[in-house]
Amino acid sequence: MWKALKNIKNPSQTWTAVLLSVCVYAWVLPVFFLGFLQIIKVAFSEPYIQVPPYKDILTHFSWEAVEFKIYLANLYDLFNEKLYVYAFWRSIKIAGLSTFIALLVAYPMAIGLVMMPKRWQPSLLLLILLPFWTSFLLRVYAWIGLLNTDGIINMALMKIGLISQPLEMLHTDFAVVLGMVYCYLPFMLLPLYSTLQKFDWSLIEASADLGCRPWASFRQVMLPNTLSGIFTGCFFVFIPALGEIIIPILLGGSKSVLFGRVIWEEFFFNRDWTMASMLSIALLLVLMVPIYRAQKKGDL
Amino acid sequence: MNGLFPRMRGFLALGYLFMLAPLVYVVVYSFNSSRFVTVWEGFSFKWYAQLWQNNVLMKAAGISLQVAFCAATIAVIIGTIAAVAYTRFPMMRGRGFLSFISIAPMVLPEVVLGMAFLMAYLVLQDWVGLPRNRGMITIIIAHATIGMAYAFIMIRNRLRNFDAAIIEAAMDLGATPLGIFFKITIPIIAPTLVASWLLVFILSFDDLVVASFVSGAEVTTLPMAIFSSIKFGLTPEINALAAVMIFILSILLIVISGKLTRKNEPGLLIQAPEEE
Repeated sequence: MWKALKNIKNPSQTWTAVLLSVCVYAWVLPVFFLGFLQIIKVAFSEPYIQVPPYKDILTHFSWEAVEFKIYLANLYDLFNEKLYVYAFWRSIKIAGLSTFIALLVAYPMAIGLVMMPKRWQPSLLLLILLPFWTSFLLRVYAWIGLLNTDGIINMALMKIGLISQPLEMLHTDFAVVLGMVYCYLPFMLLPLYSTLQKFDWSLIEASADLGCRPWASFRQVMLPNTLSGIFTGCFFVFIPALGEIIIPILLGGSKSVLFGRVIWEEFFFNRDWTMASMLSIALLLVLMVPIYRAQKKGDL
Repeated sequence: MNGLFPRMRGFLALGYLFMLAPLVYVVVYSFNSSRFVTVWEGFSFKWYAQLWQNNVLMKAAGISLQVAFCAATIAVIIGTIAAVAYTRFPMMRGRGFLSFISIAPMVLPEVVLGMAFLMAYLVLQDWVGLPRNRGMITIIIAHATIGMAYAFIMIRNRLRNFDAAIIEAAMDLGATPLGIFFKITIPIIAPTLVASWLLVFILSFDDLVVASFVSGAEVTTLPMAIFSSIKFGLTPEINALAAVMIFILSILLIVISGKLTRKNEPGLLIQAPEEE
């Protein structure tokens, strides 16, 4: 549609384009990109007990004397400090597991959703969005009440006599993964639903006619055709899960050391902005790969 | 059609149970008269009364509402500008970069975002003396920047499905670019503007992490107040607060969705294909 307009070469249009972009840059570059440059700078600065808690890389003594000092201890710690390495791999594991479980839960749900009568689907989507739009914090909070040792789930299980002692569910990895799956499920469900909506169901009928059993036609026909939705969903679950802070703090307890939380605690409790910056850069570099791929694919 | 796929509807029901049960639990227990959140004693409205009298939470809610209102408005304005520049000028140089910096705030982890905003404020303060101190303004700017990414995507997807023939017709009839924008583009994409405004409002109202980084010592938003009260255990007042929020949201969603989803609006994650 815009093709026709593409051919119009009008100098006033060029100026409009430039003007509009400048408006956007004028907002985003100073309040956002400047901050990233500063993070890189702070990551290589020496920590210093003052406000702000780091020494500048460049120190001007006078016009002639400028001291340029790069502090590399943080870079060394990033790879050698046990806590950071441990937190990193744990985050990858927990985020990966949560993404996988979210996919396992969301895929059948998305199929079920597409199978519902067309006129119900908007309302059903709304029901998915309702928990998604309710406060994140309060959704996590609800699970504390459910998972507690004197919580609803333990009470119910004891009443039916399935267990005699309350299960320790809160402050475990189980609770963290559950919380992540619960909070990020809509991110997985919506892309899957939109891909499945476009899926051509006659392909399934055709494969059945050719002798495919349902499971085989799922694996050989439906799965390859919905890969793009799967990737998008996994991307939108994995990325926030990797940097998650609130869920490990509230559901994971003190033992649940995840990467995002380590950054948070370095910053707020240890007041070590330099290490927090270094860890943020590490997290960003790790995320660059999936973000770049998602943008190439056109998800963003 | 074979039986495997329709059977997934049963799974869908289970999924809804999983997604909605915690919310139902919170609402039901907000009427519990017991001080212990997990023991049912009897029906009462007392936590709602206490919530109403809780000055800390109420003040924080007021701040959050103001922040969310301002942030959503700014985000939609800048998001619209970026989206128009992106779709309307396909030949523009630096289009990829424009889209990249418009989307970046959405995909990066909140911790990193919060720190980046704080660092940017400190540098700007050093250079030009603004923002003078951290507080509501800095939270609004940060939320507006993150919200802009969401607004950009929604509005861009809407503009892609936009019938360009209308614009060509207006141009043939002698309309000016500004006239076209305000008299044709804006009215047509108005539902999307409203939807993205609401989304940004809710995101801003909900944000804990970024606000914790950029708010000064004096300003506490609602999520920050909730967080500090639930870190030390469960309080029935928070149940009541959650119930109130769920109630308002449900009504809002039902009222608005009737207007918005009718015309096959592309949502945030349900994306329209790009025209080539």
